[in-house]
Amino acid sequence: MSVDLATVRRVAHLARIAVTDQEAERMTGELNAILGFVEQLGEVDVSGVEPMTSVTPMEMKKRADVVTDGGKAADIVANAPASDENFFLVPKVIE
Amino acid sequence: MTDLTRLTIAEARTKLRAKEFTSAELTDAYLDAIDAANGELNAYVKVTPDKAREMARASDAKLASGNGGDLEGIPLGIKDLFGTEGVHTQAASHILDGFEPRYESTVTANLWADGAVMLGKLNMDEFAMGSSNETSHYGPVKNPWRAEGSNLDLVPGGSSGGSASAVSAWLCAGATATDTGGSIRQPAAFTGTVGIKPTYGRCSRWGVVAFASSLDQAGPITRDVRDAAIMLKSMASVDEKDTTSVNIPVPDYEAAIGQSVRGMRIGIPKEYRVDGMPNEIETLWQKGIAWLKDAGAEIVDISLPHTKYALPAYYIVAPAEASSNLARYDGVRYGLRVPGKDIADMYEQTRAAGFGREVKRRIMIGTYVLSAGYYDAYYLQAQKVRTLIKKDFEDVFAAGIDTILTPATPSAAFGIADQDMAADPVKMYLNDIFTVTVNMAGLPGIAVPAGLDSKGLPLGLQLIGRPFEEETLFRTAHVIEQAAGRFEPAKWW
Repeated sequence: MSVDLATVRRVAHLARIAVTDQEAERMTGELNAILGFVEQLGEVDVSGVEPMTSVTPMEMKKRADVVTDGGKAADIVANAPASDENFFLVPKVIE
Repeated sequence: MTDLTRLTIAEARTKLRAKEFTSAELTDAYLDAIDAANGELNAYVKVTPDKAREMARASDAKLASGNGGDLEGIPLGIKDLFGTEGVHTQAASHILDGFEPRYESTVTANLWADGAVMLGKLNMDEFAMGSSNETSHYGPVKNPWRAEGSNLDLVPGGSSGGSASAVSAWLCAGATATDTGGSIRQPAAFTGTVGIKPTYGRCSRWGVVAFASSLDQAGPITRDVRDAAIMLKSMASVDEKDTTSVNIPVPDYEAAIGQSVRGMRIGIPKEYRVDGMPNEIETLWQKGIAWLKDAGAEIVDISLPHTKYALPAYYIVAPAEASSNLARYDGVRYGLRVPGKDIADMYEQTRAAGFGREVKRRIMIGTYVLSAGYYDAYYLQAQKVRTLIKKDFEDVFAAGIDTILTPATPSAAFGIADQDMAADPVKMYLNDIFTVTVNMAGLPGIAVPAGLDSKGLPLGLQLIGRPFEEETLFRTAHVIEQAAGRFEPAKWW
């Protein structure tokens, strides 16, 4: 499989990365080189093989459903480019 | 006092306890060395002299009263991927501009609890994506090693290139690093240092900037095998804050150093003899085999049939996980924000300006292979192949193999701005051909220096172990180290 310019533009939009025409052109070539490389996985007979979901056999850890952390809104917004009274500020979403 | 920087962690530990010098003196020696070298090597992206001196003073007080921890007063460098409270943490990316977390990663907190001193944050490939440390927003790191009679600057490998360069050039006693596909072991091999990626789940990932969560593991880069054992004992822990942290007590790794390998069964996988591999790598491998045989180990030819599929499977799994993990960088919560005409445009402009080329490339691949219609063909297929790669290892371990010996890298360090690598991303990816299988299977792997090539550049061997049998790796790597000797660059910087 290979990607064309339109697919690269669509994927860039899905990934929320603005690309210029020149960048999209370059990425098309790069992505196709990588996709060409991974194509060989198709040769592997995987019939009856379970996809890996966890590299080490482990049970999901559980803990009591109680509050263990919190009360640090100021810490959470401390690195925000824009915030006001412990809220993140973003451009207007609803007109 | 600059010779203090030449001591290993073990040597400095003994001398600090014997009060031959103070941690303040040792720390100042390192800060002076960094001052003199960093303009040239670019190993540190942020030096923290005030914090280092304050931590050293506290360590000296503890040493004076005789209650120092295992790493009391030892100055370390920290890869920029580890969250350090109130200190530059940017994964060497522009998108995390100005980020100073309000928390401390579990691994670094463990080191400070044992008395270590932080010298600063180390350069790396952006978000740990790279094998040459050239994708950093802060520019490439130089390898302290140069070919004999050459002034050409070489890469230190990546992604933990700053860690490897700093350890090799005596700019810290040891460094933290992380390894998703070879990012500890490849730079260690390129710089004549020791690097271990422990079993998945051994070191907590809490507070470490995520790249590919099912593959990421922290580990140390040090000047010798004993130092790696000392550092890993401190870095590893059982952590409630990481659901993949495994509930097995951390052994005293250092106790394994010096134990015999007599009777141990060492596997030699035929699939690691790849086309185009330089003769020097093969020769080095044969030397390693001979050393272990001489030490009484039994050498067994083995087969890991799915080896060649590990790298292509990795380049689906890792970008897929990265595209999801890096979705959080949106210009809202931290770091860079570039204004746009609406919120979606703000996201797109921020990410376009904030991420470098390699990171964008991987996010794009990951987004594509997870997108509707391609998920089964790429992602699901790769996860099935990953099951087979892991089974290859399980089969040989079940047949009685204790550890596997392979080359660490298919070549020695290459030049900065290598044209072939720049033109073809896949060529760069091939650096990890011997290391990536270990991440795919969640196993521990150590790179240990084993010799120099004909140009005088270091080459390393890799040992792969059973899950949570890092002690076997330290024991075996130490035998190789004893036979090969240690390697230091000639100082030019």
